[in-house]
Amino acid sequence: MSIISLIIKREFIAKVRNKSFVVMTFLSPLLFVAIAGFIGYLSSMKAETKQIAIHDETGLFANDFIKQNKKEAEFKYLNLSEIDVKALKDSITNESFDGLIIIPKTNNLKDLESKIEFISNNSPSIVFIEKTQDVIAEKITKINLEAANLDTLAIQKAQSAVNIHLVKASGEESLKGLNEIKIGIGGAFGYLIMMFIIIYGNMVMRSVIEEKTNRIIEIIISSVKPFQLMIGKIVGTSLAGLLQFMIWAIIGLGLMFAASAFFGVNVGPTARISPELMQTAQHEMSGTAQMYISELWNLPIASILIGFVIYFIGGYFLYSSFYAAIGAAVDNQTDSQQFLLPIIMPLILSVYIGFFTVVNDPHGTIAVVFSMIPLTSPIVMLMRLPFGVPWWQIAISVSLLFATFFLVVWFAAKIYRIGILMYGKKPTWKELYKWLKY
Amino acid sequence: MSNLLEVHKVVKQYGDYVALNEVSLNVPKGSIYGLLGPNGAGKTSLIRIINQITLPDSGEVILDGEKLQPKHVQTIGYLPEERGLYTSMKVGEQCLYLAQMKGLSKAEAKIQLEYWFDRLGIQGWWNKKIQELSKGMAQKIQFVVCVLHKPKLLIFDEPFSGFDPVNANVIKDEILALKEQGATIIFSTHRMESVEELCDHIALIHKSNKLIEGKLSDVKRQFRTNSFEVGILTSNVEGLMYDITQKFTVSPANFKSLNDDLKLDIQIGNATPNELLNILTQRGQVTHFVEKIPSVNDIFIQTVTENKV
Repeated sequence: MSIISLIIKREFIAKVRNKSFVVMTFLSPLLFVAIAGFIGYLSSMKAETKQIAIHDETGLFANDFIKQNKKEAEFKYLNLSEIDVKALKDSITNESFDGLIIIPKTNNLKDLESKIEFISNNSPSIVFIEKTQDVIAEKITKINLEAANLDTLAIQKAQSAVNIHLVKASGEESLKGLNEIKIGIGGAFGYLIMMFIIIYGNMVMRSVIEEKTNRIIEIIISSVKPFQLMIGKIVGTSLAGLLQFMIWAIIGLGLMFAASAFFGVNVGPTARISPELMQTAQHEMSGTAQMYISELWNLPIASILIGFVIYFIGGYFLYSSFYAAIGAAVDNQTDSQQFLLPIIMPLILSVYIGFFTVVNDPHGTIAVVFSMIPLTSPIVMLMRLPFGVPWWQIAISVSLLFATFFLVVWFAAKIYRIGILMYGKKPTWKELYKWLKY
Repeated sequence: MSNLLEVHKVVKQYGDYVALNEVSLNVPKGSIYGLLGPNGAGKTSLIRIINQITLPDSGEVILDGEKLQPKHVQTIGYLPEERGLYTSMKVGEQCLYLAQMKGLSKAEAKIQLEYWFDRLGIQGWWNKKIQELSKGMAQKIQFVVCVLHKPKLLIFDEPFSGFDPVNANVIKDEILALKEQGATIIFSTHRMESVEELCDHIALIHKSNKLIEGKLSDVKRQFRTNSFEVGILTSNVEGLMYDITQKFTVSPANFKSLNDDLKLDIQIGNATPNELLNILTQRGQVTHFVEKIPSVNDIFIQTVTENKV
């Protein structure tokens, strides 16, 4: 055990002392904040108003568009029904207007539905088109209703908006939209795990390759077991990584405050709320908002946090042992590419499953199965946790994860022992399989 | 227990390639044991098995009366042929780390390190990084790392490569001193003159098989040709040649001599040296009479070429 801690210590110190580590630790948050600040600055600038000409031969719709003209709106509508269509089209090509809506005169409104044109130099956004269609459709509907002698007001009154209240069997009232918050929390943790694995897994691999290129490996391996060396490397590197993450978090938060003060951009929802403001805000809070807050506190926070730590460690260890094995099998980083893809794939897959499947059905078959498979469980299960997962599923998932971890470390140590002493040979998958059999 | 290390019928295969074919060795305690063989003979494979870097497919290794097991790494010091250290680590820290891996406590390691740094005259290197040192300097550090934990068994794979003659001599003296202190040394090299100088036992591995093993003097006796280098001052060369060619095989020899004498290489076969001497003394003044002892180099080349299949 003392040898492992010796290795952990060396790996940690070697990583932390590394110049690029130091530079990245302090440069990354600066870069991040600079980018965030830049984006904030850009988004705080007013968007250019676009001039949209309307040529309405029916005279029915132009006013509905003009009604929408507001100060600082993205689009400004001009009723140019009097002007010749041809002249208008020319002015579009001359860029006097950004777009032209042409509503022709038709025999009846039904024909009109498919005859309206929008002319512009650049293709318009989908949102704009949908909005325009809505305005016209609404107007046509209204005219149709009136033509049928129906009371539009009565119809409006007759329309209903249902708002279902979600109540759990335990009796507490639940909230819609909370699922998004839940997936957000799970997703943030899942992403964190993925990022950590990709960045620091690579570090483990590099440090293994470094020992091979330094040729020191023969001395090390004649003193300790590959298993010990590997565990030491993984733990030491992850400690260095955690330190870096913590420094990033601290510097990042500090810089966020500074940046938000400097640019006047409200970066985070809580970034500029002073205690007094909080109090007044609380008074003004509607019942719903208060329920959101209380519901958030009712989330299984403890199990989410404990789950995060367990899956973080398990997932990182599992993937790192893959990375270490790759490092042992190859001679330099370029050779490692072919083996890296199969590692990254399940990571990306699990994030997709998390965001698409778990959101739809947190307890569906796909979500459950992938939260059991060790390669995807660290991320998928974390995303399921906020929705409440039966303890037996967690138990199976965690034990599978750690069992696989030890299995992979055992396999990787085998590859390590042999691969580490092979210099100047680019291994193939076939050879790796052969090494496993030794 | 006269043998520190015994290797019994060790077999190692890499796929279809047999690296070691039932190789057995006996390394006596306190000896300097030369492990010889051409490139690719299997020396490094054997050394790695002794160091427990790889495991033999069959056969066993006995160290100090016990079957080789993980704890034994602390009693072995290994200087691999492929030298290497952490390039960005400081010399002192690195040595401490590697010594602790071999089971020394930090304090103990420090004392040993100071002793060795002092001994090799490299006290000022403690805070230097390996990448700032020359190759030879790094080799010295590696030698120190190898001997720090006072191992019972030292394995040197080409210990002199990369050293200039002065430093090679320093290392040679250190190896002899370690032997004096009771260490057993396995010494793998291609440099036959250092084998001649240092080793008291040798083994020759060729094409995965052990061909020769034993005390250096025994091996030499085994390879002796019973020929003598003779220098003689005589006025009657024809008469002398007539006498000796009747009994022995004679060929001209070439050695350094201060006299203007006749130089001959005479193989006496089953006769005794005295029989030859008797003839010689009757015919002239003997100035030189030495048995031709085969050098390790000769033995090496002879054995390897004989077994070239």
